[in-house]
Amino acid sequence: MSKVVYEKSRGLTDVPMFYCPGCTHGIIHKLVAETLVELDVLEKTIAIAPVGCSVLAYEYFNCDCIQASHGRAPAVASGLKRTNPDKIVFTYQGDGDLAAIGTSEIVHSAHRGDNVTVIFVNNAIYGMTGGQMAPTTLTDMKTSTSPFGRGTASSGIPIKVSEMLSQLPSVAYIERVSTHDVAHVRAAKKAIKKAFTYQMEGRGFTMVELLSSCNIGYGVSPVESLSFIKDAMIPYYPLGIYKDVS
Amino acid sequence: MSKKVLMKGNEAMCLAAIMAGCKAYFGYPITPQNEIPEYMSQHMEESGGVFIQAESEIAAINMVYGAAAGGVRAMTSSSSPGIALKQEGISYLVGSDLPCVIVSVSRGGPGLGGILPSQADYFQSTRGGGNGDYYIPVYAPSSVQESVDLTIKSFEIADKYRTPVMVLVDGLLGQMMEPVEIKDYKPTLIEKPWATNGDSGRRKRNIVNSLSLNAEGLEETNLRRFEKYKEILKTEEMVENHVKDGDEMAIVAYGTPSRIVLNAIDILAEQGIKAGLIRPVTLWPFPYSTFANLPSSVKNILVCELSMGQMIEDVRQGVQGKHPIHFYGRTGGVIFSPEEIAKKAAEVAKGGA
Ligand SMILES: Cc1ncc(C[n+]2csc(CCOP(=O)(O)OP(=O)(O)O)c2C)c(N)n1
Repeated sequence: MSKVVYEKSRGLTDVPMFYCPGCTHGIIHKLVAETLVELDVLEKTIAIAPVGCSVLAYEYFNCDCIQASHGRAPAVASGLKRTNPDKIVFTYQGDGDLAAIGTSEIVHSAHRGDNVTVIFVNNAIYGMTGGQMAPTTLTDMKTSTSPFGRGTASSGIPIKVSEMLSQLPSVAYIERVSTHDVAHVRAAKKAIKKAFTYQMEGRGFTMVELLSSCNIGYGVSPVESLSFIKDAMIPYYPLGIYKDVS
Repeated sequence: MSKKVLMKGNEAMCLAAIMAGCKAYFGYPITPQNEIPEYMSQHMEESGGVFIQAESEIAAINMVYGAAAGGVRAMTSSSSPGIALKQEGISYLVGSDLPCVIVSVSRGGPGLGGILPSQADYFQSTRGGGNGDYYIPVYAPSSVQESVDLTIKSFEIADKYRTPVMVLVDGLLGQMMEPVEIKDYKPTLIEKPWATNGDSGRRKRNIVNSLSLNAEGLEETNLRRFEKYKEILKTEEMVENHVKDGDEMAIVAYGTPSRIVLNAIDILAEQGIKAGLIRPVTLWPFPYSTFANLPSSVKNILVCELSMGQMIEDVRQGVQGKHPIHFYGRTGGVIFSPEEIAKKAAEVAKGGA
């Protein structure tokens, strides 16, 4: 007799993902999908993905899905959640989306304490448009629009979103996690589960920032891009809980 | 049962929205429409709806996007610079075939412009500023009563065709008080099996989306949307045409300025000049056919707008060169008087202008 030891989560649809080989979006999709199934809320969840590499998330999450304009997902989530307070609503946003064009929307969703969950994928670069500089791009890091390395004199010092948003009094939970190895992926799942559990309990705004990688955008191998998270990103973006109302 | 009340245009449109089953209002303060968010903040909750004062017009229209995607009747309102900010959201609402109502109380522009009444946003409303191939129905009431009736109608049309609908009024109508008859009305809410309301346990999962990376697929979606537009063009056009056989002039105006034109027409009658008003009620669809079939007695057409002349382009398209077209407008918040219009019309009649 054989028994099933691993199965693709039914929280994901059965279609091939278009993410580049080596990209961590797939892992994060899986963690969110498994969480929604384990909490038994998949059928009452609405996912909102704005523009970025994850714009096609509506093809992958096996629940109701909304595709939103660049940066505006938190406002869409506010309108949806306020009119459907018993449902589970999450946004899935990149760092260009959330920390550049959508700063106003994310700050004010957190400021209002919207009872939604934000999955914030920080890969320190604009993946979809071909590897341009993001507000989260590390100092001296080369991208297609910072060919000499990010200069702090002209572009500022990289923005720390979790630290910033955790200052807002209405926020219930913010944690920064990483996706560069198995132990950290497991810890990331725990954080995601906690965020959704808080939403189910009606505690207010929750966000998990996941440090992730874009090997194509960085122009390195997948393994090197994971080392980049560990060796370059984590020292500047420390992991940990930034706000927890429990 | 009906009752008569004295109300400001802005507040009357709110009352109408609530009567029409609007369950979500999102807005950002801007003069001259502030009575709308103020009224809604007071009354949405008691009618079982939600109110959020958004951080910007961009956020407000995206909140509408979320609420509309979830299947509820949703509304936002703003004035000129704020409507400019909503254009991206309106394009997304169209691209995702989501119904909603947008009240636009226009003021003078461009830029920050002024806060006094204007009709300089005709292009903004009927041509949009959002990207892509699209139109949205635009209603232009001329009295507080009509604002109520057309706001209710807008919610019905929005749901029927799954499209954003705009109610365009100038600041004058938003601010003025008139008696309105509020009739008993029960909204008929239609099923929205496409809504992303988190009910995928009971049906196939739903997706609200405007993206299509496949060119043929996007073309097909656009063609389907234009089939819908064909139906709107055929059935939803509204116009008030007072031009009679024997009139030598047609004067065209929409919104509150059309009432000033009616006074001008009385003055002209005293001078022996027979003129009739044409008042487009829907700006899209525009009543082109009205202009193609004017009585042969009409020698001149005079278009009056509180702008430098925007609707005149649609009038020109309708007239197809059959009659000479003249224009009289004031801009920046200045409102023309009946005497000014009558003077201009008399010059035109004499062949001078
Ligand atoms: C209004 C608007 N501006 C710009 C774009 C182009 N655009 C698409 S995705 C993107 C950046 C996405 O980067 P990020 O949010 O970091 O996500 P990633 O692709 O890295 O996952 C940009 C600028 C757009 N779609 N809409």
